[in-house]
Amino acid sequence: MLAKRIIPCLDVKNGRVVKGVSFENLRDAGDPVENAVFYDQQGADELVFLDITASHEKRKVILDVVQKTAEDVFMPLTVGGGIKSLDDIRDLLNAGCDKVSINTTAVKDPHFISKAAERFGSQCIVVAIDAKRVADNMDDATGELWSSDAAMADVVLSLPVSGQIWAISTHGGRRMKRINAIAWARKMEALGAGEILLTSMDKDGTKDGYDIALTRAVSEAVTIPVIASGGAGTLEHLYEGLTAGKADAALAASIFHYREFTVRESKEYLRARGVPVRL
Amino acid sequence: MKPMIAIVDYGMGNIRSVEKAFHKIGAEAFITADPAKVRDAAGIVLPGVGAFRDCMANLDGLRLLDTIVAEVRKGKPYLGICLGLQILFSESEGWNTVAYRNRPPICADIPDEAYFYFVHSYYVVPENTGIVAGTTEYGMPFTSMVWKDNVIATQFHPEKSQDIGIRLLKGFEAFVRRGRE
Repeated sequence: MLAKRIIPCLDVKNGRVVKGVSFENLRDAGDPVENAVFYDQQGADELVFLDITASHEKRKVILDVVQKTAEDVFMPLTVGGGIKSLDDIRDLLNAGCDKVSINTTAVKDPHFISKAAERFGSQCIVVAIDAKRVADNMDDATGELWSSDAAMADVVLSLPVSGQIWAISTHGGRRMKRINAIAWARKMEALGAGEILLTSMDKDGTKDGYDIALTRAVSEAVTIPVIASGGAGTLEHLYEGLTAGKADAALAASIFHYREFTVRESKEYLRARGVPVRL
Repeated sequence: MKPMIAIVDYGMGNIRSVEKAFHKIGAEAFITADPAKVRDAAGIVLPGVGAFRDCMANLDGLRLLDTIVAEVRKGKPYLGICLGLQILFSESEGWNTVAYRNRPPICADIPDEAYFYFVHSYYVVPENTGIVAGTTEYGMPFTSMVWKDNVIATQFHPEKSQDIGIRLLKGFEAFVRRGRE
């Protein structure tokens, strides 16, 4: 049976892990390779490096990070952040990562996803979706108009909204695009995405659990795997995301970095509650 | 003495991990796209990443396909990762277990129902079920490992399956070594 996956996420800036593992045995908490080895030993199913390097000149540093990590860690590695071209994807895959996670570039040009999937295969194209609940009073001023592409008409959010609706947010949740997040996930699958990394911007950083309604809605809308992200603070939250939320994988950062739980503990907990995991 | 293990590079995806994994266990392994070097090697590894169609076309274009087939027929140890003869569509990405039907010697050190990492959405349906070495359950059982004589092929990626995968590569390395001595 296919196991549900537990995926630690590390933010990498200028080649260094920010908010890395706080663990005394780690000689250098900022070293991506040491962090990766740490999670490898705990039995993490995959690792995600989110490159938050701001300056364009330093973008190549992530390639070095991937290369060094792939020398020591034999598990699937995903890199997200700042991927703008097919060459960027090729460089990352050649450096040794297995999948790339694409967010902003997909919003700017959805057809980029089909080009990438065609070239490299859907199995390595993850689309990251930052979703946020839409307030009933969203109007033309707060929801940015997006694309005039006729092929995208079916994902555009029509105003006013009523009920539970999520839109795509950009700039770390500060701006909203007038795109229906559920329809967007479906569109990304149709264009060739192999996986959805779904982050609730309402929940991210709160540690009070994934947005279960959002996760479930996206999981039911697509057939490709969905990774729940944003809000995990307890083991119960991971369980909820994988069961009520119907996600295929649970991504978490701080609960693992700050050693509140190890990956192994989280999997033991899930197994005891009947969730199939690899132990 | 023949160079040990040739990892065939046919211009697709991430084959570096396979080389790194072999180096990790101290095996002599090198990446090559040169048919002559494939002929000289004691064992062949064909990693499979990317689209099946492109993969076959590239192998053919690089004149590697004929060489590999000829060497394998001569009895050279061969490990194929993620490639099959007949392909069908299935969703099977992620960690899943492999149950032995006919356990190959290179898996002596790997327990039944161990977890391996699957990337591709295709799997093989061998006409000759006698070659099925392992199966995996995803909705229904599918063939995840085939074995006949010197040929082993896995649907999963040993080079991404942490310790369990490394053990399989070690088993293959030992198999190649025995063939060379």
